[in-house]
Amino acid sequence: MGISFYAPVIEDYGVVYGIFCMFVGDHLSGVQHVIMVLSGKGGVGKSTVATQIALGLRHEGKRVGLLDVDLCGPSIPRMFNLDHQDIHQCPEGWLPVYVDKDQKLAIMSISFLLENQNDAIVWRGPKKTAMIKQFLSDVVWKDLDYLVIDTPPGTSDEHISVVENLKSYNPDGAILVTTPQAVAVGDVRREITFCKKTHVPVIGIIENMSGFVCPNCSECTNVFSKGGGEALAKEFHVPFLGHIPLDPKLTQCLDEGKNFMEHYDKSPTLHAIEKVINTLVRIDRDLP
Amino acid sequence: MADVPENAPTRKGYFDNFAFNNHCPGTQSQDAGKVSACQGCPNQNICASSKPTGPDPAVQEISQRLSNVKHKVIVLSGKGGVGKSTFTAHLAHGLASNSEKQIGVLDVDICGPSLPRILGVEGEQVHQSGSGWSPVYVDDNLSLMSVGFLLSSPSDAVIWRGPKKNGLIKQFLRDVDWGDLDYLVIDTPPGTSDEHLSIAQYLKEAQIDGAVIITTPQEVALLDVRKEINFCQKVGLPIIGVVENMSGFVCPKCKTESQIFPPTTGGGKKMSEDMKVPFLGSLPLDPLIGKCCDEGKSFLSEVPDSPATKAYISIIKKIENHCSQTLAARETDTGETTS
Ligand SMILES: Nc1ncnc2c1ncn2[C@@H]1O[C@H](COP(=O)(O)OP(=O)(O)OP(=O)(O)O)[C@@H](O)[C@H]1O
Ligand SMILES: Nc1ncnc2c1ncn2[C@@H]1O[C@H](COP(=O)(O)OP(=O)(O)OP(=O)(O)O)[C@@H](O)[C@H]1O
Ligand code: SF4
Ligand SMILES: [Mg+2]
Ligand SMILES: [Mg+2]
Repeated sequence: MGISFYAPVIEDYGVVYGIFCMFVGDHLSGVQHVIMVLSGKGGVGKSTVATQIALGLRHEGKRVGLLDVDLCGPSIPRMFNLDHQDIHQCPEGWLPVYVDKDQKLAIMSISFLLENQNDAIVWRGPKKTAMIKQFLSDVVWKDLDYLVIDTPPGTSDEHISVVENLKSYNPDGAILVTTPQAVAVGDVRREITFCKKTHVPVIGIIENMSGFVCPNCSECTNVFSKGGGEALAKEFHVPFLGHIPLDPKLTQCLDEGKNFMEHYDKSPTLHAIEKVINTLVRIDRDLP
Repeated sequence: MADVPENAPTRKGYFDNFAFNNHCPGTQSQDAGKVSACQGCPNQNICASSKPTGPDPAVQEISQRLSNVKHKVIVLSGKGGVGKSTFTAHLAHGLASNSEKQIGVLDVDICGPSLPRILGVEGEQVHQSGSGWSPVYVDDNLSLMSVGFLLSSPSDAVIWRGPKKNGLIKQFLRDVDWGDLDYLVIDTPPGTSDEHLSIAQYLKEAQIDGAVIITTPQEVALLDVRKEINFCQKVGLPIIGVVENMSGFVCPKCKTESQIFPPTTGGGKKMSEDMKVPFLGSLPLDPLIGKCCDEGKSFLSEVPDSPATKAYISIIKKIENHCSQTLAARETDTGETTS
């Protein structure tokens, strides 16, 4: 079988991009706050943090939307156990999938559009850009207090597209997720530069997978080192939102699509997550 | 027509979305963007305005340039942070422990290059000579090329869309003067997009021995890794096998093993069986691996008798065996001998 190319390879993409800049439909005007979850590094827990934030904000009584723009590796549907849901179309656009009966938490992901979960989305940049544009313009979110956007790692098509399309909506900013070790912090450092260059405010940095407490002897081992995220926040004078420990129960809940908050309500992991959510709730309260 | 996106996910029932158009005439065809199937496709403007391109001459030039590279191994994973770069570095260290062998490493993670740090050559410069860019030497027989060497500061971000990334990957493949190599190991970012397609496309003539797929045990990772295997099958990239990284963690104090990333659906081994691809082995979570990466040292020589090192060596052996078999098969195919 030959190699398939979905989108033409256009070396000078700048020219073409102009054609693409139609207006993002107005489904976002009823959204109060837009928060992106970013990291230059893969696998640091962006989707995990996005999921926990969405659940936490809903718990606070907010109406929340969660948009997954990781087109090649969507994790959000699995983390909510919504693998086989369908997207419905109505005259206004696409209806997101609701997690709960009272429709307080809505989710949109490319995974809902796949017939087979093993299918790879083999798309080059321009096609990804077009899809993200559709996600931002055509999804009928209705009135939301928060729209949380989960992104893939890096500083490329998906990120540029999201930022460009959201410009006129004044997104509140980005939460940067890192793990403590230097290899990860190095990539997140680049993500801060991305935020600066694209004028996206940094809400704060989360250090995830910070320390593992042995369930047998309670010894804490810093499996992925310690303190890197906190030091980075200091270096760039951005708020530090806290450490989330490595917790196998969290991995397990996400694998099975269970709500960690309901299952382990007194764990230090949850305490750390709640701290982050309080910061976000404050954004809402401090609004003029 | 080679470029019809037949691997486009099929439309789900009544859901009529042109992003998943099965009647696409192919983006490189004369009709691209112009036929009825294109109506409403988000890609239509791009397709209609671009002219079909012939085969890229770079494919030939790259195969010429890499003709004295015996084996090409590419390290892939659909999932981020599973240890692709760590594995790439240790595969290279392991292969290079035989001082007779020449090893090159190419980092095509353009937005998040980690290898300069993991191989301990951060801050080095790439030099240009008459015969191309010379890679940075980690050791006498181990060299590296990465976008990290082209940045002026560690906080520089490479904010590039796909086409620009592809351009640089093409340059890396065509213009780096590796000299004679036994192995070229290629590290990739997560996903199935520009970088991956470009590598597969540009190396079409140069022949890749195969891909090593890295995963971690939990389902959230396996979900993306299955997509990557699907990608390999679609572009015709042979799979050497799957490595499960971060399998178990032994508490240094009480020696109890914990599954930090529990294999809730059977882990990498079961996934490999289900997808009918070879399973190469598991590597434990060991804080010293992360520490060696941060410090740019080889874990294999720093902690030579740990269980992780033994697991690494056994996996590297399997990869070497696979490569010598493909070479033998290639030689019988063409009737020539290269060594
Ligand atoms: N604090 C934690 N403790 C234990 N496991 C965690 C923790 N945070 C994340 N994980 C697990 O680690 C894996 C990677 O996390 P996640 O998928 O959220 O990362 P990501 O940054 O979104 O990755 P990608 O770059 O591939 O999108 C998941 O299986 C998740 O369940
Ligand atoms: N077996 C292991 N034990 C402990 N730490 C590990 C292990 N494998 C990798 N790591 C650490 O995990 C982190 C992620 O690994 P690495 O950077 O190699 O992943 P990657 O798949 O290349 O990520 P990306 O998707 O961002 O390119 C690194 O800090 C690395 O040092
Ligand atoms: S516009 Fe391009 S991608 Fe879309 S269906 Fe037509 S040829 Fe295919
Ligand atoms: Mg993710
Ligand atoms: Mg990497």
